[in-house]
Amino acid sequence: MAYKIVGSQCTGCSACEPECPNQAIYEKNGVFFIKPEKCTECIGHFDEAQCVAACPVDNTCIIDNAYPRYQAA
Amino acid sequence: MEYAQDGALSQSRLKPLNGIKIEVAGQAASSGCGTTGGEGKASCGSSDGQGDMPAEVWEKVKNHPCYSEEAHHHYARMHVAVAPACNIQCNYCNRKYDCSNESRPGVVSQKLTPEQAVKKVVAVASEIPQMTVLGIAGPGDALANPKKTFDTFRMLQEQAPDIKLCLSTNGLALPDYVDEIAKYNVDHVTITINMIDAEVGEKIYPWIFYNHKRIYGREAAQILTERQMLGLEMLTARGILTKINSVLIPGINDEHLYEVNRAVKSRGAFLHNIMPLISEAEHGTVFGLTGQRGPSAQELKDVQDACMGGANLMRHCRQCRADAVGLLGEDRSDEFTLDKIEEMEVVYDLEKRRAYQEKVEAERQSQHQAKVDALSAALDLENVDPDMKVLVAVATEGHGKVNQHFGHATEFQIFELTATSATFVGHRRVDLYCQGGFGEDEQLPSIVNAINDCHAVLVAKIGACPRDELKAAGIEPVDQYAHEFIEKAALSWFSDYRSRIASGEIAHQTRGDAAIRQGAFKAA
Repeated sequence: MAYKIVGSQCTGCSACEPECPNQAIYEKNGVFFIKPEKCTECIGHFDEAQCVAACPVDNTCIIDNAYPRYQAA
Repeated sequence: MEYAQDGALSQSRLKPLNGIKIEVAGQAASSGCGTTGGEGKASCGSSDGQGDMPAEVWEKVKNHPCYSEEAHHHYARMHVAVAPACNIQCNYCNRKYDCSNESRPGVVSQKLTPEQAVKKVVAVASEIPQMTVLGIAGPGDALANPKKTFDTFRMLQEQAPDIKLCLSTNGLALPDYVDEIAKYNVDHVTITINMIDAEVGEKIYPWIFYNHKRIYGREAAQILTERQMLGLEMLTARGILTKINSVLIPGINDEHLYEVNRAVKSRGAFLHNIMPLISEAEHGTVFGLTGQRGPSAQELKDVQDACMGGANLMRHCRQCRADAVGLLGEDRSDEFTLDKIEEMEVVYDLEKRRAYQEKVEAERQSQHQAKVDALSAALDLENVDPDMKVLVAVATEGHGKVNQHFGHATEFQIFELTATSATFVGHRRVDLYCQGGFGEDEQLPSIVNAINDCHAVLVAKIGACPRDELKAAGIEPVDQYAHEFIEKAALSWFSDYRSRIASGEIAHQTRGDAAIRQGAFKAA
């Protein structure tokens, strides 16, 4: 039910952070992370995941398969 | 705060740089943000004093190192890297590094919080009294990080009110923040505009992030150009000076930049800075990987010359990195890392800064007078083509003088000389020839390549080996004007050169093209 950020690819640019409608993104040591329990994959907010759309490096914000896909209530 | 109220004033009297008429504030309110065409003479106003720039505009820019070619020899600027995010992707940029048009690819800036940034600016301004300008230019886009950018401006204004503020943007978010920009007395904005036609734009911008969507291709370029033009018109309507940066990409927008120049001029831009593409493969940009080349020195000058008479052209840009500190062409950022700032005792002494700046002003007046004197002494020679134009390279450490050893130069300033003018047309970075007193002979060919279009190189001193090699390459090494003001020295040399032609001692020959050195600018 969540996206995750591939830490080795994150440039730390912060473009994703203010775009997240759930305030699920935070910074630690210069790179950004997503709190899976807060991420809704932007379902109900936007047509596309905002972190994916804003991120300058392709395939850096990706679906975290450790969690089942988010289901809108 | 000295710029607090003059927005409306300068707006009402803002007159054509060269051919543009900007509506007065009251009329602008009734007719939107429009501008109208008008009369005026063509010139390259920023290169040589006030030129035909309106007094109010000149007053604002004369001490701004990025806008006035004269000022950039005397005043310093700094950038703080508080704005890492960007909202568009450019093919000349790899976001693993800094943005490559406001700073250099392959060079990473130290990211700062607004609090750290303000502390750094105050520390630098206390140490370097000629530091008059703070810019926020990235490493991403200043307006894609609005909170960080405006927090920095607000806090800095409280602590160091005499420092001018400016910012750079790609323009996508600009229309949303023009009011905010005006609120913080940001009176200079730079917009990077590489095209006004989406067909050209789609070759430069793969995507933009706009209104919560990623938009690709021609549609993205269309939105971008519309937002850029709207933002520029809105800034002009508010009397905020706007400079346009364009990256010259051979084969993509080289011919198109003439149209860009006319479009931004008609919307009130006061200066147009055309910069060469930097596209080394190791920077990992799309253009670097596809082998898109940058322009040669001659190609750059040709486009700049074609645009003269449009918006005033700026030719002294060093494409410095987003955390640069110092005079243009020098980088003292290593002296002001976060750790070092923490240890500094900072006393912000406004009086000391003013006293220093007055001294600089006096020096600048002498330089200007020396140029005027040299021009009036220029000879009218028979047998010599009166329209002859040559370029000379100058080695200088600042203060407007020929005062650098050839072997210590990391860049040369290039002046175009005619019988009646000496015009700064750019600079060429080179690899340091002399390291620790030993000349590195293998570096010389790259220096020759960088100034190969010049007839002479004016230096304070030069060793015997490079002297002979330069001569062999057809570039005259000149050290008899050491420590004189640059324009006076250059014009004196040119008079002498023309005399030698007139007497039949030498024959005038045209020079070839020169290469623009790639790679990041670093302090020596």
